[in-house]
Amino acid sequence: MAALCEEFTLCGLIASAGAGAGPGVLGLAPGPDPDRVLLTDRGRTATLYKVSDQKPLGCWSVKQDQTITCPAVCNFETGEYIAVHDDKVLRIWKDEDVNLDKVFKATLTAEVYRIHSLPHTEPLVLFKGGAVRTLDALLAAPQQEIENVISDEVIRWSEAFMETQQPVLIFTTEKNGNYFVYVQKVNPNILHKYKLEQEESSHPLSFTAYTKNKILTLLCLYSNGCVYNILMSPQQSVPEEEQILSKSLLLKIVVSDTVLKGASLAILDKDHVAVLGCLDSPPNIAKECLSIWNTKFQTLQTSKELPQGTSGQLWCYGEKFFLTHGKVLTVIVYKCETSSLAAAVGKLKDTQTSGMRTVSSYVNWNMLPEEDLASPHAQQSVTAKTESKRTLRSRRNNVAKVQRDTLTVEQLLSDIKDSSQNDIEEELRQFLSNAQMSDFQTTIGYIITGLVNRCKTEPTFYPRNCLVQLIQTQGLSYSLCPDLMAVALEKTDVHLLQLCLQQFPDVPEAVTCACLKAFLSINDDSLQGTNVNLDSVISYMDITLNDQVKKQTETVQNGFSSELMEEDSCDIHLTPKPHVVDTEELCPIGPQKAALLNAILRSAYSETFLLPHLKDLSAQQVILFLRYLQYLYIKCSENVSMDFPGMLSPTINQIMDWMCLLLDAHFTVVVMLPEAKGLLFSLHKFVRAQVRFYSELNKIEGSLQELQRIKPQKDFGLYSIEMLELV
Amino acid sequence: MGEFQVHRVRFFAYVPAGIRCVAHSPRSARLALARTDGALEVYNFAANYFQEKGIPGHETRSTEALCWAAGDRLFGAGLGGDISEYDLEKLRVKYSLDGFGGPIWSMAADPSGTQLAVGCEDGSVKLFQVLPDKIQFERSLDRQKGRVMSLSWHPSGTRIAVGSIDLLRVFDVKSGHAIQRILVDRRLQGLYSRECVVWSVAFLSDGTIVSSDSVGKVQFWDAEKGTLLETHPVSSSAVLCLAVSEEEDSIVVGTSEGAVYQFQLLPVKWGSAESKWVRTKPFQHHTHDVRAVAHSATALISGGLDAQLVIRPLMEKVHGKGYDAALRKFTFPHRRLVSCAKKAGLLLFQFPQHLELWRLGATNSAGKDGDILPVSRAPEHLLQLKSKGPEHICCSCISLCGSWIAYSTASRLHLHRVHLENGSVSVKRVSKVPKLLCSAHQLLCSADSTRLFVASDQGAVHVLKLLEPGGCGHLQTLRPNSGSAEAVYLLAASADGDWLAAAGGDWEINIYSLRHFKPHCTVPAYNCAVTALAIHPVTNNLVITHSDQQVFEFSIPDREYTTWSRKVQQHGLHKGWLERDMPITHITFNPKQPAHILLHDTHMFCILDKSLPLPDDATPLMNQTSLKQLSEKARRGHAHAFKICKKYQPLLFVDLLEEGSLVVVERPLMDIKTQLPPPVQQKKFGT
Repeated sequence: MAALCEEFTLCGLIASAGAGAGPGVLGLAPGPDPDRVLLTDRGRTATLYKVSDQKPLGCWSVKQDQTITCPAVCNFETGEYIAVHDDKVLRIWKDEDVNLDKVFKATLTAEVYRIHSLPHTEPLVLFKGGAVRTLDALLAAPQQEIENVISDEVIRWSEAFMETQQPVLIFTTEKNGNYFVYVQKVNPNILHKYKLEQEESSHPLSFTAYTKNKILTLLCLYSNGCVYNILMSPQQSVPEEEQILSKSLLLKIVVSDTVLKGASLAILDKDHVAVLGCLDSPPNIAKECLSIWNTKFQTLQTSKELPQGTSGQLWCYGEKFFLTHGKVLTVIVYKCETSSLAAAVGKLKDTQTSGMRTVSSYVNWNMLPEEDLASPHAQQSVTAKTESKRTLRSRRNNVAKVQRDTLTVEQLLSDIKDSSQNDIEEELRQFLSNAQMSDFQTTIGYIITGLVNRCKTEPTFYPRNCLVQLIQTQGLSYSLCPDLMAVALEKTDVHLLQLCLQQFPDVPEAVTCACLKAFLSINDDSLQGTNVNLDSVISYMDITLNDQVKKQTETVQNGFSSELMEEDSCDIHLTPKPHVVDTEELCPIGPQKAALLNAILRSAYSETFLLPHLKDLSAQQVILFLRYLQYLYIKCSENVSMDFPGMLSPTINQIMDWMCLLLDAHFTVVVMLPEAKGLLFSLHKFVRAQVRFYSELNKIEGSLQELQRIKPQKDFGLYSIEMLELV
Repeated sequence: MGEFQVHRVRFFAYVPAGIRCVAHSPRSARLALARTDGALEVYNFAANYFQEKGIPGHETRSTEALCWAAGDRLFGAGLGGDISEYDLEKLRVKYSLDGFGGPIWSMAADPSGTQLAVGCEDGSVKLFQVLPDKIQFERSLDRQKGRVMSLSWHPSGTRIAVGSIDLLRVFDVKSGHAIQRILVDRRLQGLYSRECVVWSVAFLSDGTIVSSDSVGKVQFWDAEKGTLLETHPVSSSAVLCLAVSEEEDSIVVGTSEGAVYQFQLLPVKWGSAESKWVRTKPFQHHTHDVRAVAHSATALISGGLDAQLVIRPLMEKVHGKGYDAALRKFTFPHRRLVSCAKKAGLLLFQFPQHLELWRLGATNSAGKDGDILPVSRAPEHLLQLKSKGPEHICCSCISLCGSWIAYSTASRLHLHRVHLENGSVSVKRVSKVPKLLCSAHQLLCSADSTRLFVASDQGAVHVLKLLEPGGCGHLQTLRPNSGSAEAVYLLAASADGDWLAAAGGDWEINIYSLRHFKPHCTVPAYNCAVTALAIHPVTNNLVITHSDQQVFEFSIPDREYTTWSRKVQQHGLHKGWLERDMPITHITFNPKQPAHILLHDTHMFCILDKSLPLPDDATPLMNQTSLKQLSEKARRGHAHAFKICKKYQPLLFVDLLEEGSLVVVERPLMDIKTQLPPPVQQKKFGT
């Protein structure tokens, strides 16, 4: 079963100054080793990142007025990097080079579309005219004439791979809505041209290809959400006329009348493809998501919503997805196992080994215990030797990393004071990973106090991930970091607050109330995207229904029902208005808010201290909270066990206690408010029904108890013969 | 040590008759009790509330009122319209006199005990003079309308308070005129009843009249002014009876809901001279109507239609945790109602008007302690003998071989020859039973079934000879040398036929030699009622139990207490044994274990092993369950003489059959309750 695992940010994407291409990535190419990638933005910069460390190793820029037009790639043979700027100027540099102006430069006669670098072979250069040259051939004569293969067609996509030790380049072109596929073999130079079958209503969005058994397979994602499979056999001799490629449907991703926008497709293995795209079905808001599909069984394996939007670009190297998510480049680790029917229907046991493998691919040696350090060091030195041409800067980086291994609290604390948010995050992660110190709690306390202090002094500084990480160590309490929740409240970081309420045993009533107030005042819509833990809500709320619920309650919140004034006995005569009945069944708030309120309900408190703070709530908040409590109470009573399943859901006693407290604190307010009338009435009615029911139960209990007391006397009948021994 | 097959018999469908009225004599510390079937019982409070005398019931006699007068003379009057005096020595009605006023509802003796006032159906109150041998009609007070339900003498003897329907009257005895007429309200808390019956009145020395009525209230009246002093609503149903203590500071009332309440005259304030009647203690020991109450110096006594006599001690009047401090409930007579033909395995049950003969069942399997064995032969109801005439049976017996059945009513002795052959039963009445001058109080057959001993008046025991195939003749009459006036009520014969022991109402035990038909000796007097007697079949030792729970062993041949008995007296019996509240009603022996004495009362049966050490007060008396957990060896160290089994309750009879199995006759109280009429409906919580 394929699954998306960890997600982390590789780097932020700044709207590159200059070229005006807007934010985004021009290209991402694998670096000289599997853990490194080469990122080229739409401006002047190419950056080499170490993925597992989320660190840039090197960064190279062209001059102010220049723009990189072809993403940089790495020549695996030489370890050099190749990029093209201003369409025709080829640059080749190495790790240790600092200034791109001073590196090797070759000006070509035609515009370059892409450079494709493959291991064990020379990079291939694809010109916009469709011609292909190997890099060494090109460098031998940079001013050579480049023929134009395609006439006024525009290249949309290209890819190169090795087929029987021969590099093959495949690219697609478009002209007036017609798509053509070209397959170019370099040695010997053979070019095949195919025409893609035309589709009426949709057009291709993304291509990807692979080769197997000398057959090229082109996968094409269309805007109607279908993935087509196109087979080609470039072995054949060049035919005279243009061949039309027939396509077969491999996968249908979306239901009808939704349109896929800005999508891209990636092949993970023979049975899995990943699709990144924006599904736009008119009534709903378009949502972008990354999903992995099994083509064999036509099943969706996993999916992740990307609420902050993507650029529709997806790269996939070494079991990691690289994509832009909002203003950052996000790395999502995935694992993809050989699909089987058992796995597809969810019957295959999740083998631990595969998980371990994916973990080890990015968990670096810093995580290893001290005594095991010898071999990673050796490994490190080997890589250092093989890449002797590395820049000094990256080496320095390495040294720093080794030092960090013996990072002390003092260092970390001092770092917290001045380092950047990302650095602190990184350091903290390492620190926590080998944290087996005796005074763990105190240390954590120091760290979090340091962080919070900096947060207070520096308004822009808010290391959210760090804080979450620290809270999740479960070693914290409110008294260890009294200001943390205040800061979180200030930033309205509801997720953090929820965590705090769940983890801290000693949250003061005043803070609990402040949280309650904050939660009640947040708009449900603004909570939509936050990653609040919804575990406590799942058991009784259908999260997908939420939209509908909100609409329903809005009508009632200000509404008035003539029925409210009536005695409950009148229900028989009056036909109850349907939406009033619904209020009791539908949750007045969204699941995120409900989860937050549940955290409040579950927190410890003392009535005497809580009551004065509860009085601070506004009338509307009280009504809303009361409505939610009533909803919970009714939901709870529906269960036979009178409790919700699961650890985080509030118990019926907690619900009732809070209800009593709230009514106590705001009795006069609630009595006076016209909109509370209906609520109080239905609540009273429900409670009265319950009391009546329980008094009946009481009676039964009394009778049964009486029966219990009358011990059933053993009936011996009128006559029996028994044995009796007196000793 | 002792393993028995126990025949657990529950088919003795005996239902004791309800209690109709009681009369307490503070002077003699005795309580007379009349039952609804006309039977009379006398309990001696001095002898641990032992029922020392009983006069069998009579079909036509229903006693509504009892009173002690002129010393220890007991009078009764009933709906038959007769006033009777009971002969407590000969245990029968001495004489009866028609009151000529219709059914008599109430009777009271004046404080001096020389006059009886009788309240009649026709509304008259008649005065009778108590003469040494008889009573004589003196005069009637002014006749008024309405039956006289209750009456009470003023302690001065000059006035009588009379309770009628809706009315209370006060009569002046000298003039015979009604000097006060008080209307009793029919209402209680807004509820109208059809009529208000004043069930009971009491005239206190300060001129206060206390009345209890069918509406459920107890009221205090001023007899001079005829005004109501206090009203105490007690019950939603009738308050049937009331009794005042001698000091007139406490009143007990009984209601038809089975509850008994005490009223006490208490000072309004501490040290204040003003006092007020306050309802203090409620007791609910009865399930049915409490028809009779009495107030002794230390206890409240109540008797109800559920046949229970309840003696509830007043804790403030008794000191320490003694015998007097225990609540006791008597349901069954302190007499043997069952006799057993040990050799034949037959049981004879005595009912008021008939006898039942049953053959015990059998089993052919064995088991260990606690097992219930499969019954291979079910018990069999062989015979029912109905007595003719209105008189109830007073005693009965069956010979050990089961071939003779004798029973007696107040006036006649009946003897039957029973033939049991191959399962068929034939019974033949012996026609020529010698006409004895007096009634039989106890019957006993000799071990060889050749003689019948008849306990009679004045300490006499008649010996009849039983003749085959079915006849009898008077052989001898044994009389004590001392010339007692009391009737004999207990008999015991030795297995070898040589000795007969007889205990009479004066608690003297005479031993007669049957070989010579003359008194052998008298057991040294012990001033407590004898509850059971038996002669050991091997040693001819007489075992005697008294109502104070003492056990004596008297050697008949040696005419002295045995060494074991002396040892017991020196050592003293266990406290737990002495504090039991029921008398031992039957003693039997195990011929295979000469050292064993089997005794039983209503709540337990006990094997008294003379060979074992007596327990002292520190060791628990009831030690069977703990002993059973010990090893054989350890048991020896802990065992003591009293081996008590409380498994069977309430126990009417225990005997050991010849083949060694025990017969246990139980009569569960629940079975009796189901026979009683439904009580007054009472709302119980939760129903």
